[in-house]
Amino acid sequence: MFSSLAKLARYRALIQTLVVRDLKARYRGSVLGFFWSFFNPALLLFIYTFVFTKVLPSSHPASMEPFALFMFCGILPWTWFSSSLLESSNTLIAGGNLIKKVLFPAEVLPIVTVLANMVHFFLGLPILAAFVFYYQRPIDPVELLWLPVIVLVQLILSTGLAFFLSALTVHFRDLKDLLGNLLTLWFFATPIIYSVEMAPADMRWWLNINPMTHLMRSYQEVLFFDGPFGHQRWLLALGAGSIVVFLAGYFVFDRLRDSFAEEV
Amino acid sequence: MTPAIDVINVSKIYRRYARRRQFATLKSALLDGSLLGDLKPDETFQALRNVSFSVPKGCTYGVIGSNGSGKSTLLKCVAGITRPTEGEVKVDGRISALIELGAGFHPEISGRENIFINGIMLGLSKKEVQRRFDEIVEFAEMQDFIDAPVKTYSSGMYMRLGFAVAIHVDPEVLLVDEVLAVGDQGFTHKCLDKFSEFRRRNKSILLVTHSLDLVEKFCDEAHWLDKGISKGEGDPKKVVAAYVMNVEDSEQHSLAKAEAARLAASAKNVTGAPPVAEERDPGSGVRDPEEAPLNPVDDAETTRDGFKATEGRWGTREIEITKVSISGPDGESGHVFQSGDDIKVHMTMTAKEPITDFVFGLGLFNADGVCIYGTNTNLEEFQPSQIVGECSVTFEMDSLDLIEGTYRLDLAAHKADGYPYDYHRLLYTFRIKSRVRDVGIYRPAHRWDFGGGITFKAE
Repeated sequence: MFSSLAKLARYRALIQTLVVRDLKARYRGSVLGFFWSFFNPALLLFIYTFVFTKVLPSSHPASMEPFALFMFCGILPWTWFSSSLLESSNTLIAGGNLIKKVLFPAEVLPIVTVLANMVHFFLGLPILAAFVFYYQRPIDPVELLWLPVIVLVQLILSTGLAFFLSALTVHFRDLKDLLGNLLTLWFFATPIIYSVEMAPADMRWWLNINPMTHLMRSYQEVLFFDGPFGHQRWLLALGAGSIVVFLAGYFVFDRLRDSFAEEV
Repeated sequence: MTPAIDVINVSKIYRRYARRRQFATLKSALLDGSLLGDLKPDETFQALRNVSFSVPKGCTYGVIGSNGSGKSTLLKCVAGITRPTEGEVKVDGRISALIELGAGFHPEISGRENIFINGIMLGLSKKEVQRRFDEIVEFAEMQDFIDAPVKTYSSGMYMRLGFAVAIHVDPEVLLVDEVLAVGDQGFTHKCLDKFSEFRRRNKSILLVTHSLDLVEKFCDEAHWLDKGISKGEGDPKKVVAAYVMNVEDSEQHSLAKAEAARLAASAKNVTGAPPVAEERDPGSGVRDPEEAPLNPVDDAETTRDGFKATEGRWGTREIEITKVSISGPDGESGHVFQSGDDIKVHMTMTAKEPITDFVFGLGLFNADGVCIYGTNTNLEEFQPSQIVGECSVTFEMDSLDLIEGTYRLDLAAHKADGYPYDYHRLLYTFRIKSRVRDVGIYRPAHRWDFGGGITFKAE
């Protein structure tokens, strides 16, 4: 397992080209092309602003203004997370031709999925930054240094889960359908459109065992709440857990590797 | 010197598709890394059984066998795409597998970008692709379209581009699975030239193909697989000959089986008159064009549907054709002959009462339903006087110079005015094999004569 893990480094060029291909292909043929990566999150932010200032103005305490910005801090990374998982569950089947007909390192496919979605996440960040400046939120530069760490933890966690899901979906196609609903449940079970403080006290314990809570909370602390960053212990613990998830996911993937060419 | 490819006792077992045992395979794959786990023998399928061979460096090695004989599985094991269940495959040097051309092309992006991506997938670095780029484009003959998205390519263009990229990876070992049918004649020649160049540079090629000519002309050694078992290895001419013999044998069996089925089916239809669609002058298969206006239905149908339209049996059975066999030069009855063989058609007849008005006829048709030849004893001016009891009729052709193909026979006994005793329409089938790929319906006895400064290479 570790020897094949070491090989991953050799596929850098391949992964890089495939991520670029994915991004290029995604918007090929649409008029706005790459701009959709900016427009999509901007439109989303606009919709949430409308809903939570005009339709449901009293859904949150006044201290949480601007609420749309708060949600946006969570929704942007959540979109990266959930589309990574959804797409990776299908990635081996979609890339079946490569696995069956070419000598191709299968683990590249889920990695590419997660990375391509990460690039979309990055493209959404300027929109987020623009709104942070627009609302004149105080940004602590020291806090901002934590952002790469948060992104890294999410990357490792997502990739580990993507390994799991992509390998298991080859055997159980049902996972694909199940996963969509599971992710919707997970979305609401994570403090994204509400904050941890807004949740009832007896829910806190449940929220704490949800890894995404700490990830989202970290984003929110850095980008929305006033400093200083107070979530580093949770975040680092989650980082360690993510590495375990990554290794476990890769182990399962490696074990099932031989079945892909036959089952896809 | 180590061989380029060494296949040692390779067996490959696949799981038969059964949904409910999915968990068993997943569990055993996770627990002990084996895909088959505790599957029972009837839930598995053995695609390869103890296959061994080795390909020395610089050798072109052909693998032949009928469909489902495990050729492609073998190639996938050598390529490393699947792992053999038992045994071992050792390959020395970089492999490029031409198994499916253009696998991994993304339809939305341009040929140019796809060349880079595909090259990198096949193990080149970006710089290496850059260096070979022009050569690839030129080889694929794609200069004008290289910036168009791949989805706009014709299938030939797609394949050519895939082939060009794969072959320019410059492997030590090239695996080729039946991909030479990708282009027009010119492109095929170019591919073969490329293979020859590989050979000169002491690289090895493993070629899986149905083209026996290619194996004979091109390979240094050949290997014949049948149902996953290795049936022979060595000199290509010998291996191909053994394979062809075997194919003829099995064709023999299947033709005999089909014929028995047809006879059984037609025996049920014992009516005095022919079925309506088949109402025609049963002139022993002689299809005089002047008859056509009388029987437009039948003629149209025969030419359109070939054999299918009208096979069957009818007649009063006052004279019954009880047994028919076709035999070749060895005197044994069979269904597969060589072009130019001396062929006899034997019929056994029974007439319960003495009959004085009778004609025997025979018609020979090709697979398009075209009558190649038809005759009867009346046309050849035999004057019938009497038939009674069990008798035999043999129609003997000294040299049946037909081109390769499948042929069928009409056999009949009837009155001079066409009243049918026993009419067997297209019930008998045989195949003609030929080493020469000539075309047409008839091969006149011929030879070539050359004068002046014309010379040919000796074979």
